[in-house]
Amino acid sequence: MASAMQVKPTRMELSNLKKRRTVAVRGHKMMKDKRDELVRRFIVLARRNKDLRIEVEKGLSVAMQSFVLARAMMSNSEIEEALMYPARAIAVEAEKQSILSIPVPKLSMEAQEGFVYPYGFVTTGADLDVAVQSLAEVLPLMLELAETEKACSRLADEIEKTRRRVNALEYVMIPQFDDAIGRIQMKLEENERGNLTRLMKTKDMLANK
Amino acid sequence: MAKCGVLGDKDSILLFKAVGLDVFFETDGDKANMRLHRMAKEGYAVIYVTESVYQKCKETTDEFASQAYPAIIPIPDISGIQGIGMTTLKQNVEKAVGVDILFNN
Repeated sequence: MASAMQVKPTRMELSNLKKRRTVAVRGHKMMKDKRDELVRRFIVLARRNKDLRIEVEKGLSVAMQSFVLARAMMSNSEIEEALMYPARAIAVEAEKQSILSIPVPKLSMEAQEGFVYPYGFVTTGADLDVAVQSLAEVLPLMLELAETEKACSRLADEIEKTRRRVNALEYVMIPQFDDAIGRIQMKLEENERGNLTRLMKTKDMLANK
Repeated sequence: MAKCGVLGDKDSILLFKAVGLDVFFETDGDKANMRLHRMAKEGYAVIYVTESVYQKCKETTDEFASQAYPAIIPIPDISGIQGIGMTTLKQNVEKAVGVDILFNN
């Protein structure tokens, strides 16, 4: 039950409280709408996130299995020599987009014309080529996964916050206002009645004189 | 132009070097946390972290959870999929919707 709000029983206070209650009710409605829309978008993103993660994990497992095979065929130094040479860095454009004014990342990768292996073919095995190739294929998906996963976690946090606000307004603030308004009205009516009785009494006393 | 980095043990992530991502070899929890902070400061947009290291970097990932960048994403390492990425997704869904609607059917 909402705890009692300490207010002075005056008309001024009553009109203030009524104004605050109207604001709270309007805020509650907007928060509720925001929560519903966030949840709707979140569910779409979460489904996409799940699909992407399954795909990426599958792709990466394939790449890593080939890499394990390649390592078995080649010596450590040969592998390092082939891979440590800086490859052409991928061109990723990172922007921010906003979902209901929550900033989430937006990543896009420029398509690379023709894939080039960053090493020569003399000392490397075919398994390494397969590993690098499958990793390059899964890379765009990995970027999309990063984007979706971040958006998902940010939305989840925001939904939790919004839901708390909705509940606080609905079950604490608004009942408190109602309670306080009711009590002030009763007190004012009581004062009014007291006043009336006093007037009647005085009138009687004056008439009996 | 944004930078993408990978953090984890050498055997798992050496391969990412070949496709043009920056790799950082770190398996120790404290060092990985420090490395993540430094990478965030240097402006990495996406940091992929192998699942075994991701577990040790919980505080850092929580710290950056409220910002748009960097996105810290768990990936499987050479020993296979541990399912941490899926668990994180599941937790998010439970947090947002209340029940797990993606995995229970």
